[in-house]
Parts: sequence; C-alpha cells; structure tokens
Amino acid sequence: MNKATASGAIFRAATPYGFLLPALLVTALVILFPVLQTAWFSLHDYTLYDPENARFIGLKNFAAALADEVFWIALLNSAIWVTGIVSLQLLLGLGAALLLNQSFWWRGLARALVIIPWALPSVIIGLMWTWIYDFNLGVLNDILLRIGLISAPHAWLAQPSTALACIMLALVWQGFPFFTVTILAGLQTVPAELYEAAEIDGASSWRQFVHVTLPSIAGIVATAVLLRIIWVANSLDVILVMTGGGPGYATHTLPLYAFLRAYTGMEFGYAASLSLMLTAILLGIVWLYVRRQAGELER
Amino acid sequence: MIWHRSFTRNLIQVEIPVLLVLAFALAPFLWMLLTSIKPNADLSQFPLRYLPSSTTFEHYRTLIQRTSFPINLLNSLLIASGAVLLGLATSVPAAYSFSRFRFRGRRTLMTSFLVINMFPIVLLIIPLFVLMRALGLIDTFIGVIIGHSTFSIPFSIWMLVSYFNAIPRDLDEAAMIDGASRLQTIRLVVLPLVMPGIVTTAIYVFITSWNEYLFAMMLSGETVRPVTVALQLFIGEFTVQWGILTAGGTIIALPVTILFLFVQKRLVGGLTAGAVKS
Repeated sequence: MNKATASGAIFRAATPYGFLLPALLVTALVILFPVLQTAWFSLHDYTLYDPENARFIGLKNFAAALADEVFWIALLNSAIWVTGIVSLQLLLGLGAALLLNQSFWWRGLARALVIIPWALPSVIIGLMWTWIYDFNLGVLNDILLRIGLISAPHAWLAQPSTALACIMLALVWQGFPFFTVTILAGLQTVPAELYEAAEIDGASSWRQFVHVTLPSIAGIVATAVLLRIIWVANSLDVILVMTGGGPGYATHTLPLYAFLRAYTGMEFGYAASLSLMLTAILLGIVWLYVRRQAGELER
Repeated sequence: MIWHRSFTRNLIQVEIPVLLVLAFALAPFLWMLLTSIKPNADLSQFPLRYLPSSTTFEHYRTLIQRTSFPINLLNSLLIASGAVLLGLATSVPAAYSFSRFRFRGRRTLMTSFLVINMFPIVLLIIPLFVLMRALGLIDTFIGVIIGHSTFSIPFSIWMLVSYFNAIPRDLDEAAMIDGASRLQTIRLVVLPLVMPGIVTTAIYVFITSWNEYLFAMMLSGETVRPVTVALQLFIGEFTVQWGILTAGGTIIALPVTILFLFVQKRLVGGLTAGAVKS
C-alpha cells in the first residue's frame, strides 16, 4: 500500500516533465547543442573544409574581431539599421494605429489590409523592392524623373551612399504593421470615460493624446519596441537578398557579416565569435524584455 | 459621438490619411502583381508604362512549364506541413504542462523558451549546418523541418500556453472528479476547447515555415529546395526577366497572404508575448 502511494507520488511528480519531454529533446538538439557548439567554435580556428585541424586559440577570434575594420563598419551599420528602422516603424505604426482607431465605415477592411506587408516572405520583399529600385526600369526612378526631383536615373542599391537607406525603407515598410496592430490592441483597452472626462475639462485633442492616450499605451509600446529592436538587429535575409552586403561593405550589418564569414569564407570559428558578440550586445535588451513579460509567467 | 465630426472633416482628417497609409502598404505588392501580367514588350519601356497594354499569363506559364517551380512549390508545402506536425506534436503537450501543472523549474523553462525565440539566427545556423552534415540530413525534408523547429517550437509553446490558460481549470477538475483519467480529460475536454487556438498556431507556423529563407537555403539542396530559395536563385538566373520573377513572387505570396488574413485577429495576443515573430 505504502509502496503504491510512494510510486504514485513519484509518477505524479514526474507527469509535468513527461509532457515536456518531446519539446525539450528537440530543443536540446536544435538550440542547446548548437549554441554550445558555437561557443566551442569561437575558441578554435575552425574552418569547414579542414575541421580536423581546428586548433584551440583561446580568445584570439574575439581579439581579431576587435582589430577587424569590417567588424566596426558592420557594428556602426547595425546601429544605424536598428535605430532608423525601429523609430520609423514606431512613428508610422503609431500614426496608422491612431487613424485606424477612428470610426469610419470601411475601418474593418482597412485594418485587415494594412497588415499585408508583414505576412510576406523576406525573399519576396527583397524582390519587390529591388524591382522598385531598379536602375533601368525601376518605378522609383520613373516617378522621380517625371516629377522632376532627379534629372538622371539613380542606381539606388549600387551606390554606397543610398544602398543601406533603401533597404531600411523596405524593412520599415514590412514591419510598421506590427506596431499598428499592437498599438491598436492597446488603444482599444483605453476606457472611453477618460476621453469624455478630458473633453468635459476642455482638453484639446493634442492634450488628450499626450495625457490620456500616451500614458495608457506606454507599456505596450515599450514591450513592442524592445521586441522589434531584437528582431531587427538579428534580421539579415532581406539585405542578403537585395545587395548581399554590398556595394563594398555599405550594407554589412553585424549578423550579415557573421553569416558571410561562415557561408562564403567557411571560417566558422571567426563567424561564431562574431555571432556571440552580437548575442552579448542584445542580451541586455532581451533581459529588459523578459522582465516585462515576467507577469505572464505567474498566471 | 460619431457625429461630432462632420462628414467632410472625417474624410480629410481620417479617411484620406488612411488611404495614403494603405497606398504605401499595398503599392509594392500591387506593383509586383501588375508586373507579372504585363507582356514583355511593356516591361522594357522607359519611361514606364504603368498599366498593361494587354494582360497576359505567359510569365506564369513559362515559370510552371520551363522551370523547377512546381516541384519547389510541392517541396515548400511538404516542409511547411512537416514543420506544423513536428511543432504541434512537441508543443501541445508542453503547453498543456506549463498551463496545468506547477512544478520546479517551470518559470525557468518557460523563460528559456521565450529567450531562445530571440537568439540571432546566425548563432544557430552555423552549428546546425555542421550538425546536419554530420547526421547526413543536408538536403532532406527532415533536415529542413528540424531546422524550422528552432522557431516553430518556442513560438507554438507560447501561443498555446495562453490558449490553454483561457480554458478554466474547473472543467478539467470536474471531469477528473467524475472519474475520467488525465488522458481522457485531455482528449475529451481540453483538446476540443483549445482546438481553435491549435488551428491558429498551426496556420501561423505554416506561414512562417513557408516564408523562411535562411535555414532553407543552408540546409536544402536541389532535392528539397523550397520556393523561397528557388526564387532567389532565379533572380541570379533571369536577371532581366522581371515578368517571370514577379509571377513567382505572386504565386508564393498570395496563398500566405490570404491565410494570414484569416488568422490575424487571433494572433494579436501573441504579438507582445513575443511569440509572433516577423
């Protein structure tokens, strides 16, 4: 009897872990093991074509990165990339959300359509915008020529001065609906009485926005900004599709540089140290974000 | 309230700005669509001819008859379905566990699943390639599907936990008091109620896997190459043939756009939970 209850208790205590087992096993294989291996690679001069002769070199990969001019170019580009894209996405997304929160008869349709860019694959986004920016037949050159803003076609993606900004615009376009949808969800939780009270007090719509709307959505906006920073900082596929990092190093961001060193250079050790540095830089933001989400875990 | 503003004021302050936002959001997509049905003669004119002189489906025909595109479509379908199956098979039980049990390590494990969703892809893709090569899984469906589980599992778990949490625990308890075993309770009470959430999660995983490019490019070869990778290779191959490229882009984008419109409303909860990635 006692034995049966004891084994029953063990069984009950093990049940939650049993349900988790499949997910944990796969995750260990595809995430934990690779991350540990990346750490191992980063301490060796591991190259794909000669893995047998990988030597332990300590932190030399990291030291090499700090002395690598391209690393600093990529880091600066990443800073421009993240700041520019996230702030513009936020502005545009907030504006669109405020508009879509007004009442007009085709609001439902507008809310559904505005999300479309966000559902598209990065390859298609790269393709669409490469076609728009095309030197010979691109619609951007055509429009700007017609309205007289430029006098000759411009090679948008082939000029170092414009290439990064052009890809950033594509990313702003793709990601602003994320802010629109999140902020819209936040706006719908603001009690209407707050606005009515403000209106009775004679507050202008600007003052209502600053004193009622902004404080009410500040939390959700902060969470969304943290998330976007992480994802935009990590994203490299649209750049890869549109310019492959060129011209020169003009569109190299840190994750793209790490990827290219691995993919074309086959220097997995060096690439691993670059991606670990990217992870370390982002860790602080991930930590802030996880702390904000901690409440979700208690439920 | 609504009639506070006159019709014209609403038009100028709201509807026209909304139209401008929508124009920005949809123009690149519509431009791709329009390009794909223009005859080649229209596509080589500069200044551009905005509306087609006649509509044609010749680019679609070329793409389907003369390239590997139909096979790539089938590959994408198989990979995305596999990603959904593997994702759900592992995350439905895991999410149930997180939602219904309180156990040691729960918080840490849940946080870990949130954090790994934010790891840079480059951190994983290099060792995953080495691992798959060692296992002989490069250019196999199972290899790419396992690669896609790096995002499908953490995402599904977080989405599903919130759907499970929305079902009152009293229901499970009532069923168990009535003598149902745990597995019976799950099968007869919990799963039917959480089904809409599972379907939403499945559709979102399908879309993400269908859209994915980097893992697919690293882990696939000619045999299992999905559409995203194939299209990117066409860009190199048919540099000037924008008709064919945009036709391919349209075929890839249209089904997922429609699917996405179906589920978007129910995804909102997962947005700030960090589950829904872009």
